[in-house]
Amino acid sequence: MTARPGNLTRRGFLGAAAAGGTVILAVTVPAFGRLRPAGTAAREAAQLNAWFVIGTDNTFTMIVDRSEMGQGVYTALPTLLAEELEIGLDAVAIVAAPVGDAYVNAGNAGQVTGTSNSVQDAWEKLRTAGAQARTMLVAAAATRWGAEPAACRAENGVIHGPAGRSLTYAAVATEAAKLPVPKSVALKPRTAFRLIGQPRLRLDSPGKVDGSAQFGLDVKLPGMLYGALAQCPVLGGKVRSFDAGLAGAMPGVRRVVLTGSGVVVVADHFWQAVKAREALRITWDEGPNAALDNAGIRALLDKAAASKPGLSARADGDAAAALTTARKSLHAVYELPLLAHATMEPMNCTADVRPDGCDLYVGTQVQQAAQAAAAEAAGLSPAKVRVFTTLLGGGFGRRLDVDFIPAAVEASKAVGAPVKVIWTREDDMAHDTYRPPALEEMRGGLDADGRLIAWSLHITSPSITARASPTVTDPFDSVVEYALNCPYAVPNYSLTYSRQEIGIDVGYMRSVSHAPNCFAIESFMDELAAAAGRDPVEFRLALLETKPRHTRVLQLAAERAGWGHAPAGRFHGVAFMEGYTTHIAQVAEISVTDGVLEVHRITCVVDCGQMVNPRIVESQIESGIVFGLTAALWGEVTLIGGRVQQTNFNSYRLLRANEMPAVDVHLIDSDAAPGGIGEPAVALVAPALCNAIFRATGRRLRSLPLPGRLS
Amino acid sequence: MTRLKLNNRIVETDAAPETPLLWVLRDHLGMTGTKFGCGMALCGACTVHVDGAAMRSCVLPLGAVGERAITTIEGLSPDRSHPVQKAWLEIDVPQCGYCQSGQIMSAAALLGANPSPSDADIDAAMSGNICRCGTYPRIRKAVHRAAELQRPAPAAATPGPKAERGR
Repeated sequence: MTARPGNLTRRGFLGAAAAGGTVILAVTVPAFGRLRPAGTAAREAAQLNAWFVIGTDNTFTMIVDRSEMGQGVYTALPTLLAEELEIGLDAVAIVAAPVGDAYVNAGNAGQVTGTSNSVQDAWEKLRTAGAQARTMLVAAAATRWGAEPAACRAENGVIHGPAGRSLTYAAVATEAAKLPVPKSVALKPRTAFRLIGQPRLRLDSPGKVDGSAQFGLDVKLPGMLYGALAQCPVLGGKVRSFDAGLAGAMPGVRRVVLTGSGVVVVADHFWQAVKAREALRITWDEGPNAALDNAGIRALLDKAAASKPGLSARADGDAAAALTTARKSLHAVYELPLLAHATMEPMNCTADVRPDGCDLYVGTQVQQAAQAAAAEAAGLSPAKVRVFTTLLGGGFGRRLDVDFIPAAVEASKAVGAPVKVIWTREDDMAHDTYRPPALEEMRGGLDADGRLIAWSLHITSPSITARASPTVTDPFDSVVEYALNCPYAVPNYSLTYSRQEIGIDVGYMRSVSHAPNCFAIESFMDELAAAAGRDPVEFRLALLETKPRHTRVLQLAAERAGWGHAPAGRFHGVAFMEGYTTHIAQVAEISVTDGVLEVHRITCVVDCGQMVNPRIVESQIESGIVFGLTAALWGEVTLIGGRVQQTNFNSYRLLRANEMPAVDVHLIDSDAAPGGIGEPAVALVAPALCNAIFRATGRRLRSLPLPGRLS
Repeated sequence: MTRLKLNNRIVETDAAPETPLLWVLRDHLGMTGTKFGCGMALCGACTVHVDGAAMRSCVLPLGAVGERAITTIEGLSPDRSHPVQKAWLEIDVPQCGYCQSGQIMSAAALLGANPSPSDADIDAAMSGNICRCGTYPRIRKAVHRAAELQRPAPAAATPGPKAERGR
């Protein structure tokens, strides 16, 4: 298969980019001194496609179209390209792609880093692009030698021809760029991979251990000013009136600017802006959320859950009928809280608005949406906005939103200079696009033999899709996706969704539907197993018996964790999921002493298909476990009077080094197509923990976060 | 003007004395390796060395630094050759990387004071540095590895304390 974007010509690439020439910002300059990023000191020999630039010194600059937020795309995607291009990875530079049609993620219908599908989208596309470029380079060398291309071979950036002749890629790059792009190219079989599948070091690590890595917060432009943004403390509120008063006269302050997001104090330095912000006198129009609190949100969800039948998202068989005839039936309601993303790098954006255009420097997961937001704020057409994507100090879905962009653009436009608006941690906590709360109501029916013959899931939650993608008309929403695709073989399966808005913006958060849905489904699985008098692993296996990959992952997790043989005083809980085309199982090992939970170990077995880099896969599994464990233990955003009560890491607790349990990750070797890896592991932690807690205490916990004391 | 001993140089800044050292480093001196995470000494992203000890620069006013010597991630080594940096690269610790300057500075201060830390020592020294990506298992491994790397040559052949947890 040849992916269409890989066929783009240089003209197509430049046409898609905002402007010709140096449109690419070097965001990471690896430690390899002789290499320089594109458009800087290294002269560009040629560009054969949208994905890399050959320097005159035969160096390579990879153009990566997914945002690096820790998940390893700045290593994985160049690996795919280099594999077929026949170059090494020890000395490549990496730049972030500009906005361009070539860089649309087919799986997300936009230039979007999300849904854990960067590798899936790139798997054929970048290998094809690499093979096409290699074929063109070899053909150019063969022509120069008057030889057959078949008599030439490419290795490590050099083409070797008959009679011991050789030419570097750079030497023939200009000629190669004039050749037609081959329509079909053969891709290497897995057995021939040099780079793919190897546990190689990340390419972005050097800059991350010496402080040179450039995050959005680190952008420096000549004449740049700093902005601190005052937003209404009540979510959804607006500025009614304000008096810059003393703020305007404070040291370093250049201007106080009213924007659509709030009031921006622009100063020479950020600390000056922050201090001056405290002196602003703003009267807020608190809007419709001035009395919103968690009890009110819960009441809204309760009412909706009870009164609305919901949209039918999945209806296998006749669950309602089967539930009434079941020998034994269960009913449980699971509750999920609002969560904050809490990326380590707070939201920030640097904008440089000039009459003829705007440059945006931002850590974003959505380049096109960032461009559109900036264009609207600047009063320019999107084509006039260039987006330079920096490294992201954490994304987790927070940077799929662009709410932090317009204020910087408006402030820059007002002062006629580049402005970097930085949110403080308190700003970031108080103005997130929070993971939506949900009620997930489950009913299950067992037959006389203890088999699960029917279940229904009724999910009540605000919609993320409705706000984030208004043009999407799919009624099922991203809050029910995992329940929709849940792999257990249950003959009568009903999934319904009641959308209930709560007045505040909710957003995508790592393991979007999977974390809430999996919490309910995997907890309820254990409840059903207990009701059936069956072992939780055996009970699940019986519902997966025609699925060998699923079965193997679950069995292996049980085996590695010592399922059935927990050490004295310790208890195991299991969870399984197939999501993001990845199969994953976890076993949590815990103890409870005087009501205090201790998590000793989490065993995780993963079959994510072919891996580009197992070291990164392993780190993403560890990462997901920490994310899921943090949420299970402490994650909860609360509101009083429409104001978020959590302000910083003392009131929104994140897992620390001394709280980290042992983690045993086992990756299954697989020939299957690659699955996603950034998000899946998050989802299983909470149900595995709650299932273990049930075994330890007999108490079934159906609401997150876990209580501080278990007795 | 305030004079600072910074990374073995003397620098001057016109920042107001109450400005936190973090923002003096980042905005006034253009050294952005030290990160802003919380502003309240809760997360450790802004960790620097003050006379060799780890301190949170987000709550340290410029005027309180005085004659003490400041070391930032940029000054830890000129070429990523500090044992902690070498270990971090070898174990491939960073994910998003934002917190790693602070993690590395805390680890370097720990190893300066305790050349052979146990897991408990590492937990105690590193618990002030949050990593939202969850690189903790690799951080622990990397601190042990850095301890090995900084030992004199003969001792370097001896295996370091084995990590009891994590892998």
